Amino acid sequence: MLEIDIYPLEMRLEKVSRRNAINILLGTGIAALGAGTIYPIIRYIIPPAESGSGTSSVSAAKVGELKPNEGKIFKFGDKPAILVLKAGGDPSSAASYVAFTAVCTHLGCTVQYRADIKNIWCACHNGHYDLNGMVISGPPPTPLTAYTVAIKGEEIFVSSAKA
Amino acid sequence: MAEHSNWLYRWLDERVDLQGLEKFLRHKTVPYHRHSIWYYVGGMTLYLFVVQVITGILLLLYYKPTAESAYESVQYIMTEVPFGWLVRSIHSYAANLFIGCVFVHMFSVFIMKAYRKPREFTWISGALLLFLAMGFGFSGYLLPWNQLAYLATNVGTSFATMVPVVGPWILEFLRGGKEVTGATLTRFFGFHVAVLPGLTTALLAVHLLFVQRQGMSVPIVIEDEISSKKADRRELPFIPNFLFRDMLGWTLALGLIILLATLFPWEVGDKADILKPAPAHIRPEWYFVFMYQTLKYVPKVVGVFGFAIAGMVWVLLPFFDRKSNRGISNKLYTAIGIIVVAYMIIMTAVAYLAPGE
Repeated sequence: MLEIDIYPLEMRLEKVSRRNAINILLGTGIAALGAGTIYPIIRYIIPPAESGSGTSSVSAAKVGELKPNEGKIFKFGDKPAILVLKAGGDPSSAASYVAFTAVCTHLGCTVQYRADIKNIWCACHNGHYDLNGMVISGPPPTPLTAYTVAIKGEEIFVSSAKA
Repeated sequence: MAEHSNWLYRWLDERVDLQGLEKFLRHKTVPYHRHSIWYYVGGMTLYLFVVQVITGILLLLYYKPTAESAYESVQYIMTEVPFGWLVRSIHSYAANLFIGCVFVHMFSVFIMKAYRKPREFTWISGALLLFLAMGFGFSGYLLPWNQLAYLATNVGTSFATMVPVVGPWILEFLRGGKEVTGATLTRFFGFHVAVLPGLTTALLAVHLLFVQRQGMSVPIVIEDEISSKKADRRELPFIPNFLFRDMLGWTLALGLIILLATLFPWEVGDKADILKPAPAHIRPEWYFVFMYQTLKYVPKVVGVFGFAIAGMVWVLLPFFDRKSNRGISNKLYTAIGIIVVAYMIIMTAVAYLAPGE
């Protein structure tokens, strides 16, 4: 049977049938459309970095607000943090205060200061931290991140160590 | 058709009769004649509804429905969130295209008398879906909490007071108080993302079930040609022929929406401020404009009750058109349909071309 071949030699060598060619074109087209739909959606779902989340310093309390052997939980950016005035400490001296993140390193519960045993305690799984943030007992795997405390006028400022 | 050696296919088939489903889909057909093009508008409307559901859910990730932060959250979506401008603009453009398709779908069904016996319930469920679509438009318009939306909602909800006896109660129900406030915004948000989607999904299921059970209506003129042997009854397989044509239309529609969203991102406007006066030539969204314009010519009571009654007649239309129900071409109803469309187009055109009139 005589066949008149209208295609150039290179195309004949490819041996791609017309059906295959169309399937490839349609398939890649649909795949591109799918990718073009999914990509913006995935980018959209992931929220942009908050400009406020990089909080480096906040006013945690006023001088005199805390009595010796007392703690206070305050907002540090989006997370809670804890400020403690050590037992017998001078309320007007920055050295008498310690501040840590109040997020327990075990499972993220908010810790609190226990005046009776003078350490920081997590009620969820009975984790204890000393006033250096070190784990004394219980399940927490790592110490609490410490913040620096400074007094400016009547305000007690707490800053993250990096700042 | 399919290779049944696939273990998953067999596993499912033994439980949920996949072969039965496959057989059903393979045998499903759609009438094929010179007016078949209108069959695709219903599928297009359904597709745009799905687009609205998906983009709507995405907007919910960042939108905040309170007077204090709604406007700012929409601004945040438009400027900060990656592709947020795209998602919101698609939602806005697709919403308008959706309403447009609903109208085209409805009037094509009307002109072809597809509502006639035995499809009365399909028409009624469709007409109710139209009202829900308009409810979506009206409630969604307020959500960015901008000045135009605030004023439009003031005007729109105030029509409730025209209803005898329960009017003031309806007004307070809609506004969540005597005035349009943050309480209204929170309510409209609830209507827009919970109440209306729920009702629409249920009614849509009924609508599609009827379409599926009864098949597409063939226009009387075509039926006459078939019965008088002037034409053959032709059918198009739903899969793949009809569905692929549907999908081609959907792809083109998505392309158009994305083109518009990219070239002209939907604006946010100015934040709602009750102390600012209404700007000149303010008007509602285009699909309400024919009613809005009519109210400039007739007393408010006449206009509002006129449209309320017309709306009810429209829903119950299949029961009035006895002639079409007997399968006889009804020129009078065709004329009515054309007059209604012409009236809506003229009123809308007047409002846009001569805003002072």
